[in-house]
Amino acid sequence: MSEEYTSTELLTTVASTLIEDESTIIVGTGMPMLAAMLAQKTHAPDATMIYEAGGIGPDAPELPISVGDERTFHRGVKAAGMHDVMSYMSAGFVDYGFLGAAQIDRHGNLNSTVIGDWERPTVRFPGSGGANDIGSLANETIVAMRQDETSFVEELDFLTTPGYLEGPGAREAAGLPADTGPSHVITQYGVYGFDDDCKLTLEFLHPGVEEATINAESGFEIDVSDYEHSPEPTDEQLRLLREEIDPRGVIR
Amino acid sequence: MNVIDEGEGELVGWEHPDDVRAWNREHRSRAFEDKRMTAREAVERFVDDGDLLASGGFGHVRISTPILHEIVRQGIEDLTLSGKTTVFDADLLIAAGAVSKVEAAYCFAHETRGLAPAGRRRVEEGDVEVVAEASNATLQWRFLAAKMGVPFIPSRILAGTETFEKSSANIVEDPWTGEPITLVPACYPDAVCIHVSKADKYGNAVIDGISVEDPELAAAAKRLIITAEEIVDSDELRARPKEVEIPYFLVDAVVEAPYGSHPGEMPYQYYFDEAHLEEWMELTETEEGLEEYLERYVTGTEDFEEYLEVVGGEERLADLEAIENYERPETGGPEGGERT
Repeated sequence: MSEEYTSTELLTTVASTLIEDESTIIVGTGMPMLAAMLAQKTHAPDATMIYEAGGIGPDAPELPISVGDERTFHRGVKAAGMHDVMSYMSAGFVDYGFLGAAQIDRHGNLNSTVIGDWERPTVRFPGSGGANDIGSLANETIVAMRQDETSFVEELDFLTTPGYLEGPGAREAAGLPADTGPSHVITQYGVYGFDDDCKLTLEFLHPGVEEATINAESGFEIDVSDYEHSPEPTDEQLRLLREEIDPRGVIR
Repeated sequence: MNVIDEGEGELVGWEHPDDVRAWNREHRSRAFEDKRMTAREAVERFVDDGDLLASGGFGHVRISTPILHEIVRQGIEDLTLSGKTTVFDADLLIAAGAVSKVEAAYCFAHETRGLAPAGRRRVEEGDVEVVAEASNATLQWRFLAAKMGVPFIPSRILAGTETFEKSSANIVEDPWTGEPITLVPACYPDAVCIHVSKADKYGNAVIDGISVEDPELAAAAKRLIITAEEIVDSDELRARPKEVEIPYFLVDAVVEAPYGSHPGEMPYQYYFDEAHLEEWMELTETEEGLEEYLERYVTGTEDFEEYLEVVGGEERLADLEAIENYERPETGGPEGGERT
């Protein structure tokens, strides 16, 4: 990893390139929010951020720290409610949903509920929050998480949020909206997509990361036969992040 | 209708719509009467041991702290908590031992500040039982069904997951598409507290900014306590009727509570008290620390007014107002982090 930028800055710039112009994005606080703001200030001026508590299209001079705080609707398009946002998403108006998780499996299913037994968990996490709703209803989801053998697992301790469930066709068979599901997974090692069997496959390897690390740090096998190298952050992207989007370095 | 799958989570707060109609007919007043009272009286009259309780706002944004404090002061126990985007509100009640059961959409954490030491400890040690899983939209739409007076709302969430298996929802065959559709059952909380920007003495209430789930939750509540930053004359609200989010006949009590969301944020008015929330996170690492917190701020204070003095009084609150209004951007916001 070069010293010119942090790991978070790399993940943010890579994530921002996945966001197309003229799109709507459900974000939480943290890196995905920075990625969406960076996309807005570069290649996607008509990207609109939506927060599940009701904030739509904010234009705030500082970052929100909660999905429900004033910075999520300051000078916004609309200060709505959760029923509005969930309904717009259910009707197909939300293009991207960013999600985090404690665990992921090869089909992109996510766990953010418990580690260990559900009734007497070793670790209790917050639960679904809006994740199951976003994973069910957004046109496309992008997962951002830390990768290691305990987070990339053969079998989830709990399936909180749907990826491709058991594989091709499973989402539709369960009753989830057609043409939805995870498109990318971003970790500190690379960016993954999904193949025709809805299995995680390496698309981009981050600078300075060995190819062998990808499978060494995963509990399931990942296809590494066809990938490119992640583009490094440009000077302009770094300037925007450091001077305009997050000058206080809240998220580094 | 062909039922395909049934969630095995506990069905919390469901009643036959006619039973709730009868309740609302017999026990909810249509009179324009003065409902102003203290937080203490509101909790004495409208919150009981064993209730299903839901707290409005967004967990640490626009919460009814005076009511939460009174629940703890009065030693109310055995509550089932509706864990709907709960943050500090749930953590305080769970830590203080007021809660036995939770239906969890988002609970036991403080967003970017991390997992809740006390809340997690109660679940991991078995003192609090998660009786059903949910998602934010699940609870949102459970309250919408209640607001509409119907037994369920169809939705396209939960399918294919263990969140569904541990929920109280059902999946049935949709008679129109022939495909599976998720039905979330109505939920009528016994007691609800919602903090608002302005209210009149009858309970008509205005929420500045996002409404989160409160328009649905207010109508789903069997007993509703409104706390307000400011009590205003009815004429002021009648001049802007579109801004009234909650009409008076849904409301049982109106409590005047300036700075009532502290240590949470009140949009447009004051920011999170990050130093206080940090103190909460640190002290609740241990049971001794938790006792110290409760004694200093809750059980050891007479009422919310005294609490505000203990947390720093006018000077501290003026700081929080300045941060909220971008007058002191260098001091706003904590160290960030990932939201799990």
